[in-house]
This record gives sequence, C-alpha cells and structure tokens, in this order.
Amino acid sequence: MPDQTFTVNGETVTVDAPDDLPLLWVLRDLLGIRGPKYGCGIDVCKACTSHLDGEAFNPCATPVAAVAGRSVTTIEGLADGDRLHPVQEAWLEQDVAQCGFCQPGQIMAAVALLKRTSEPTDAEIDEIANVCRCGTYVRIREAIKAAAARM
Amino acid sequence: MTENAEHAESVEHTEPAELAEGAERTELAESVERTEPAELAASSERTEAAEPAEPAASAERPGVGRRRFLALLVAAPTLTVAVQLDPQAAPAAPLPELPDLGDVLNLAALPTSHLLTLKVAEDGTVDFWLPREEVGQGLTTAVAMLVAEELDTPLEKVRVHLDKARPELVFNQLTGSSNSIRSLYDPVRTAAAAARQRLAWAAALQWGTDPERVTTRDGRAHLADGRSASYGELARAASSDRAAEQPVALKPRAAHRLIGRPTSRIDARALVTGKQQYTLDLDIPGAKPAMVRRPPTLRGTVRRVRNAAAVEALPGVLAVATIPTGVAVVAETFGQALAGKEALDVEWGPGPVDELDDETLRAKLRGAVAHGFPPLLGRHLDAEFDFAPVSHAPLETNCAVADVRDARATVWAPAQSPIAARKAVADAIGLPDALVELHVVQAGGSFGRRLFHDAAIEAAQVSKAVRRPVRLMWSRIDDMRHGRMRPPTHHKLRATYAAGAPLSFRHRMASVAMDVRHGFGDALTAGLTGLPLLGEATAQVMFALSLRSPYDLGATRQTLTELPVALPTGSWRSVYSGTGRAAEEMFVDELAERLGQDPVAFRRARLKTAAQRAVLDKAAGGWGRELPEGWAQGVGFHEEYKSRTACVVDLDATDPKAPRVMRAVIAVDAGRAVNPRGIEAQMLGGLTDAIATTLRAGLHLDKGLPLEGSYSQFHYARQRNSPYEVQVHVLDGGPEAEPGGIGELGVPAPVAAIANAYARATGRRPRSFPIDARIDFEPFPR
Repeated sequence: MPDQTFTVNGETVTVDAPDDLPLLWVLRDLLGIRGPKYGCGIDVCKACTSHLDGEAFNPCATPVAAVAGRSVTTIEGLADGDRLHPVQEAWLEQDVAQCGFCQPGQIMAAVALLKRTSEPTDAEIDEIANVCRCGTYVRIREAIKAAAARM
Repeated sequence: MTENAEHAESVEHTEPAELAEGAERTELAESVERTEPAELAASSERTEAAEPAEPAASAERPGVGRRRFLALLVAAPTLTVAVQLDPQAAPAAPLPELPDLGDVLNLAALPTSHLLTLKVAEDGTVDFWLPREEVGQGLTTAVAMLVAEELDTPLEKVRVHLDKARPELVFNQLTGSSNSIRSLYDPVRTAAAAARQRLAWAAALQWGTDPERVTTRDGRAHLADGRSASYGELARAASSDRAAEQPVALKPRAAHRLIGRPTSRIDARALVTGKQQYTLDLDIPGAKPAMVRRPPTLRGTVRRVRNAAAVEALPGVLAVATIPTGVAVVAETFGQALAGKEALDVEWGPGPVDELDDETLRAKLRGAVAHGFPPLLGRHLDAEFDFAPVSHAPLETNCAVADVRDARATVWAPAQSPIAARKAVADAIGLPDALVELHVVQAGGSFGRRLFHDAAIEAAQVSKAVRRPVRLMWSRIDDMRHGRMRPPTHHKLRATYAAGAPLSFRHRMASVAMDVRHGFGDALTAGLTGLPLLGEATAQVMFALSLRSPYDLGATRQTLTELPVALPTGSWRSVYSGTGRAAEEMFVDELAERLGQDPVAFRRARLKTAAQRAVLDKAAGGWGRELPEGWAQGVGFHEEYKSRTACVVDLDATDPKAPRVMRAVIAVDAGRAVNPRGIEAQMLGGLTDAIATTLRAGLHLDKGLPLEGSYSQFHYARQRNSPYEVQVHVLDGGPEAEPGGIGELGVPAPVAAIANAYARATGRRPRSFPIDARIDFEPFPR
C-alpha cells in the first residue's frame, strides 16, 4: 500500500493506506485521532467537520490521497495548548453541548464561518448544516454570535 | 362572540388567590444568575452548632414523610460512605394515590438503594459511582451538584463515574422514564451529607474539640480560632475500619448554594475539545473495527455467504463471520470493514414483515379502533390523527466494544439497562452471567435507543467468532433502517359538550406494539405486583401510568390498543405522550374553537391546579401579540413526571410548504429545579424534536424496510429550521417541591403548539405527522 504524507494538527505524518480510504478512518483508526466523529460517512451529518488548509471539510468523504502534502486541523488542534479557541470558550459560556457527539464538528464549522465573515448574519449561521440530534441549535447560534463579538 | 367573551372573562375572575400564588413563583434562571458568587459562597457556610439562624431542627431529615435512607461508613483506607434504605422505616404509603411511572420504578428500586457509594480521596477528590447512564441529559452534572452541595466542597472536586453492570442492584440501574434525579435526589444527598459530618467529626477529634464547633466550607473543615484542614488531609482519619451507621441531617433548602443555581456541564471542556471518550474512542488493546451486512428486509435471515473468501482477501480485511442478524466483516479500519461488507454477496432468508408498507400499516392501525365510538346524536366533536414512525437517530450510531476470549467476556457499551444487557450478552454467547463484565460508556445521544443492547450482543458474538476483541459499529444507513423506531400510531378522539362546556372526553390510541423487553417491564411489574407481566400487559401498565389529561373535560377515558406487528420498535423520548398527549393538545384547540373560546383561555379554565395555570400564564405572556401576515401563534401544555410545561410558538407559514418556528416561549415547573441550566437545555432539545417530528421528520416503510437511510432523507431539524428566539422560564415549584422529571417532558407541548399554530396560520388542521411527508430522495440500495 502507498505511503500517505500530510500534516495533521501541525505535525507531519506518514501512513500506509490505500489512496481511496476515507481520511476519517486514517485519522481515527490508524492515527488514533478520535475527535472527528463518524455520523453518516456521506458528508450529510457533518459530525467529522475539520479543516483542510483552513477551510471546513469532511474527512468521511475525502480520500486520504486528496490531502497529500496538505494541512489538516481537527478539533484536537484548535486550542493553543491549554488556551482554548474563542469559539470553544463561547461554547463553554453558553453550555452548548448535550451529548456532545456532534460538537467537535459544530465548533469546527463555526470557526470556519467566522474566518469567512467576522459578523455572521442569522442567514449565514442557518447555512451551517451540521446535525445536532440533541437540538442545541439555539445555544449554538448564541455561541457563534458571542464568539464573533469576542473575536 | 359576546357569550364567549363573557365566559373568558368569568374565568379570569374566578381565581384571584391562585393567580396571586402563581405570580409569586420566582424565576430561577434569571434570579439565580444575578446572585453574586460571593453571596452564594457565604451562604454555603454551615456550622454544626445549633445557631439561632439555623437550628439543627430545621435541617431536613433524609426522606422525612417519604422514605428514609441510612448512611453507612464502609471499612476502607479513606472515607467511604454507602447509603441504604432504612429497614426500620418502611414508607407508610408505598405508592401515592395516583402513581405515575416514576413512582412505580422508584418502588421497584427501593430495596437496593443502599448500594450507592461515595469516596473521599487523600487529594480531596470525591468519587461517586452512578448506577445510571449519561446520554447527554446532564445527569452526571446534576448528581455532582447534589454531592458538592451536601459535602460543602467545590463542584470541580467531584468526579462522577458511570457504574458497570451490577446485578445486585436488580431494578436500580435503569436510566429511563425521566426518573434518575427523582430516584437519586435523597440517597445521593444522604451519602454526601454523611461524608461531610464524618469529616467534621475527624477534624474535631484532631483538634480536641466538639464536632459541633467545626464548620465546613469549600472542601475544608474550619474552627473559629482559624485552624482548618482540607478534606483530603482528613480523608484517612475520617475513614472507618468497620461498617457503622453515620447519622445524617440534610441541608435545609434555604441553605442550598448550588442546588437551584444554573450550572454548566462538568464535562463541557472535554466535550468541546474532542477529549470526551465515547465507546468507539476507547483504546481497547487489539480491538479491531467490525461492521455487519444486514438483510434487505427487517429481521431477515442469513442463508449463505457466497463470497466469504474473496472478501477476506480484500485489503485490510481480517475476518468474515456470520451472526444471527447478518454477516460481520472485521478489518484494520472501519473504512475497510465497510468496503468489505458492501462487497459481500449473501443469500438472504425472509423476515417477518417483508410485505409491510405504510398504507397497510395505516389501515391496520385505523382498523384497530374503527369501532371505537358509537354514532352519536348529541353535540360532539370527533377527530383523528396519525403519526409516522420516527427513528431515534442518535448521532453516535449503535456500537459496542467486546472482548470474548478464554470463556470470559468484557463489553463496553452505551447502555441504559446494563444489567439486562449483561444478561442478554451472556445468553447470546453461552456464558454464565458471572463471566460477563459490562462497562457503561457515556452515550452520544439516546432518546430511548440505548435501552436496547443489540450492538453489545452483536459485538460479543463477532468477538467470540473471530477470537479477538472487536469495535463494532453500525453504519448510519443500518442505524436508520434496521434500528429501533417510535411505533406508528393512530388516534381517535371524541368530546361531547353542552351549553359551551365539555361533558366527556375519550381518546383511543392504536399503536404498533412497543418493545419493552429491556428490563423496564421487569422493574415495572416488580414495583406493582412482584409478579412478571407479559409484554402487552407491561405496555398497558406503562400507558395507564403515563398518559393523563391535565384538564377537566368531564368523564375522561384513554385507552391503548396495541397491534402485534414485528417491527423493531422502542420507546422514543416522551413515549406515549409524544404522540398521544400531543394529539390531545391539538384536539383541545379544536374543541375550544368549536365552543367559540380562545385556546389559552379554554385551557386555563379546564386545568386542574394552580401550578398548571402558573406555567400556562408564564408561557402565554405574549399570547395574541401582533404578527406578520401568514404567521400565527400556537399553544400546548403538558404535565408528566411530576413536572409541567407550556409552550407558545410563533410560526411563519407564509409559505405553507416551508413553515418555520420563529420564536418559542416555554415555561417549565420541574418541582425543585436542581440545575435550571440543564432543565433549559432539555426543553430546547424537546422543542427541536417537536419541530422535526411535527413538520418534516418521519420514516416511510416500503416492502419491509424504512426508505430513509441518512439525515439527508430522515429530515431531523437543522439550524435553518430552528427559531431565532427562544425563552425558557424555569419556575420554582415551591418550598415543599421535590425534583420532577425533565428529560422527556419537553416534547408533547411544542408538538401541539406547532401543529396548532399551523392550523391557525393556514386554516387547515393537520391530521397526519410529519405535516410534510414528501419523499424527496432516491433510497439507498438495500
């Protein structure tokens, strides 16, 4: 099997994996990076949302070969050591998480949105399609607005 | 209209006293947040001395007037306390006059309530083993608050562990029926209060003084002369080398500094950093990913695998194994297990419902109550409602880790009924129960799904077959199509009335039989009779204990008819009430209209208690406000689990094909509100469930299988369906209130509020849910 080399959370990694293996399983099963979650495998629930070169993407529907030489950031790479990202801080303040399974993806989606626009409108927040089965959307919206104000 | 207006007016004037009482209720969420932390800390200080401000007599005896719990010191190197029911103080009345599901479950759990354990370590950490499951409802946080409150220690010092399956707990390790805090409130506080008193005693011994002179605060014991010691320093001295009773007095409510204060989740940081470990995040050495190929129809069977060798030769695939529910592929990664399972060529046998589709099912349900009501000449209102089956669809799909080797089994799973799970695993792999260990792992959502342990059974079967530990995961498609579902239901309602007032109310509910074989039925029947009940009888008991009308509508009767159809059903958040009570709340709107009365005023006049009316009044504060063209308000009310809630929504139905809830006001009285912030979260979750299942989310059955296979097809609500503004008012249940249940309370009222708003906005009363049941997708291959 070919070697796949890319950067994840600032560290260069090389794994032995077939080109078409979805990146999610390379992260979770070969590298032990288990913050990104499986929820559908077809890029509709968005639970695995992470960043590829700074933009939101979904590793469950991205073959590992497609990230060769590129930079992947997962929820584990968002905080600066013990210092949380302002979006994570806002999540704590609003006490957003219930079961929490979708929240790494929700947070990464929110961070990507705030990179694109520093003051997102309600309509722009509506476009985040990540499923939260516990129904925390109201607090997610408040947390995104609070993080925007803070940043 | 004149007559109606008068009627409404007379209602407003009949109960000034009760109105005043309602107005006095304080709003915890707001008032508590304004309290300064310093003040709260000060009020937390307590002394053992009988000070005038807080005489010992005012301290609450555990379970006075209800049932009494005893605390025992356990022989251990550091302070360890266990709690048991006081055998001398059997409850005077085993059940209240009108028991609900939780009362009965509490009674079943009573004999084993003594097996709660709390330990104080030498670093001051407090460990508490919780015989329940955390599924996102915030239970570990609420329990940690109870412990920290009675121990006078910071919340951060308390660690709550999910207990593994402990068969000796019998009926006291079941998470369901919104009953956990109701059942744990007294025993958990008793354990912590006993530990605090023993620590104060140890400090007094050390300082050569009277224990009454020792105060406790922030995890330390203090003496007036300035001496102090941390709980960690006292933990060894406070320990006991033999079992002994420890007298306990619980804090009086006025001294609570943490209970009642909006508190964030204790696991919030782990949840937002990706560090929280769910079942498949656990590092179990050597455990390999496993997935199961399932039949093309529900509960079909495996006849033969045609290409096992070819699949075993695929990259990364380690083994193929047939189990009763399908064919498993074990691989190095889940990606490869999934590719392997899709490559399998299997000859399938039929299942029990291969021909079943929506139309047949609907006809059966309607047929079951077709002769429900006789023709009637007098004034009456009839209505019928249908609810589609709904997937639990927790975001974490069905999963478990199992290691079955050397005639022993260890299983890790999100399990709400771990004792039953352990037994089912043992039976499935032919081991004695005693050789199976089942660890309970925090779940990525449940909504009732984790009452079933099918993934644990499968993981054990696969591990046994391939002789290595496995991490078994269901694909989303399988989770939705082969998983459990809320049974589809049909409802027939009738009210008779005369002179503007209802005389009688009947509700006949037909449902596909709900599977309650998960330990729940055993607990229920033990609580009621000590005798086993058969499946259908269990369902009847559950129905009778849960579906209650809060209104005086004259002679009232609600009945359930269950159809034995072999669908994989299960209780779904709020169980019978999510459909049954929601249908009743829609019917109440229709009845009010028929009688020419306003829906809020009609409810207000018919509710039975001041507490109910206070909740309705709070939620309906903005009732009748001006809204844009095409919008309307709707109201719903629900009472269950000793809690009550009302909801008013503003619905934008400008495009009747794409309605959206724009605003919601929810009031909730959950008795003694342990954590108002957690209660608010549960109400927000119930609202979102209501938005999804009322407007757009339902399953379609076709040729023995749901068509829906992912969130792109089963339309659970997303951010774009969620309101821009929600207010949740947490009311205080009054000084004598005990905690009510909250996890499932929040669904029925908003389901009805949304449907009622839709009717008012469009002029069309919805009869079938979800309102928009279009199939807008190409189903996945079977």
